[in-house]
Amino acid sequence: MAEQGWDEFEIGAMLRSFNGEAKDVALTLQEDRDYSSNNSFTASVADWRIEKPVFNKDYCIDCQFCWVYCPDISIISRDKKMIGIDMDHCKGCGICVEVCPTNPKSLLMYSEQTDEEQALAAWPSKDEGEK
Amino acid sequence: MAFDKLELRDIEVWDGNLAVAQAMRQVQIDVVAAYPITPSTPIVEGYAKFLADGYIEGEFVMVESEHAAMSGCIGASAAGGRVATATSSQGFALMVETLYQASGMRLPIVLNVVNRALAAPLNVNGDHSDMYLGRDSGWIQFDAYNAQEAYDLNFIAFKVAEDHSVRLPAMVHQDGFLTSHTAQGVKTITDDAAYNFVGEFKPMNDMLDLDHPVTHGVQAEEDWHFEHKARQHRDLMLNVVPRIHEAFDAFEKLTGRKYNMVEQYNMDDAEVAVVCMGSSVETACEVAQELRDQGMKVGVVGIRVIRPFPFKEVIDALKDLKAIGALDRSSPNGAPGMLFNEIAGALFNTDTKAALSGYVYGLGGRDLTKEHLRDLFKELKVNADAGKVTTQLQQFIGVRGPKLAFL
Repeated sequence: MAEQGWDEFEIGAMLRSFNGEAKDVALTLQEDRDYSSNNSFTASVADWRIEKPVFNKDYCIDCQFCWVYCPDISIISRDKKMIGIDMDHCKGCGICVEVCPTNPKSLLMYSEQTDEEQALAAWPSKDEGEK
Repeated sequence: MAFDKLELRDIEVWDGNLAVAQAMRQVQIDVVAAYPITPSTPIVEGYAKFLADGYIEGEFVMVESEHAAMSGCIGASAAGGRVATATSSQGFALMVETLYQASGMRLPIVLNVVNRALAAPLNVNGDHSDMYLGRDSGWIQFDAYNAQEAYDLNFIAFKVAEDHSVRLPAMVHQDGFLTSHTAQGVKTITDDAAYNFVGEFKPMNDMLDLDHPVTHGVQAEEDWHFEHKARQHRDLMLNVVPRIHEAFDAFEKLTGRKYNMVEQYNMDDAEVAVVCMGSSVETACEVAQELRDQGMKVGVVGIRVIRPFPFKEVIDALKDLKAIGALDRSSPNGAPGMLFNEIAGALFNTDTKAALSGYVYGLGGRDLTKEHLRDLFKELKVNADAGKVTTQLQQFIGVRGPKLAFL
């Protein structure tokens, strides 16, 4: 697309979200939608992330707070069960960690380079000072 | 459709503003977002009244500025509606940023510009400063010399702008007060004929097409911006003119009124001509006829389509003349006037021997009198006889104080 000439664009500095028609798109899971190459869903936009959230499902109560609050729709939830994080779109803002109500938290921020297994192995225990 | 039609007399007494409001009613504009400003106010007021009285099925959006007015028009047009508004002068200046958005987004909005001077000093009267301000904005620009033409050119503007090979916004200009507030007999088109001439609005990439979601107004940096601008210029240069000719022909078939990219009056064997725009054209025509009656071979050329500039038509109209006066009703502020420059650019690579001089006149609504034009034609005749410009290249007409001439 970057190499296209002036005569190969649709007019109007206009981009389409989907290839072809987008029927029943609201009822289709993101991964099953026919996103066009112009849609940011098909590209990683996570390269400015310095810290990443790590998800520990052992403590998650599926309250969906993180899913509601994530500004980049990067919490992947299916049938109201939190199943992970879309790391192609997460910007590392930490809001999911902030709103997580469990003790200990089910989401914690680590540096981008941190090994996820090590983070989970060293997960903090319950803070007895809190309810 | 759920609106009433109006039965118009064959000839109605309308000023330019009411003529435009009637045209906007007849083509059934879906959305007008407007911030009224003198002297264009009665256009959008007229639309609002027709809407309130049930003669239009549409929406009037009251906004907080002209910038917001054009922004509202852009949103409504991208959504897929037939959209128009009107403005003048300072309001036009505030719209400029969004004018480029509208043309770049290829939205066929029609903007009626009732031409008025730009401050300072503040002035509500007619000159072409606002018209000239818009000339690089990527819009098609039509110029009406009287109320009849303001009415007619609105239909033509919609027809051309909305064509899917064009999809560029269009301005229809008329002179503030001299045209906008001067009532004259306007030959009307019936509601049905007027609507059918423009046709039903055919959306393109509209945001309300929910099965084909689109993002309008995207960012494109050095990698794509040039291609988009090049395409826009190409379509303005190559696609618009054929559509204008088709619209002019269709309009002549419908009404008998014939429009041309460049209007020529008494030009058949003319040796000397003035080129001008707006209400000055009619004054110049009257003077030219009087001088013809006295045996002088003088004519008048009126620019009907300012953008895309009718380069070839200007060459055809002017190449055999001996002397040309280019009349600009806008202060060029440090350069020759726009018409002088465009005409010089058109004629430069031809074999013409015409002596071209430029004149700045009529700023802030100062009258261009018949006496001014008689003197001008006589001065141009001197140039024609001498075979060269005998004055300085740029002169001011009708300004008090010592004579101003430059270049």
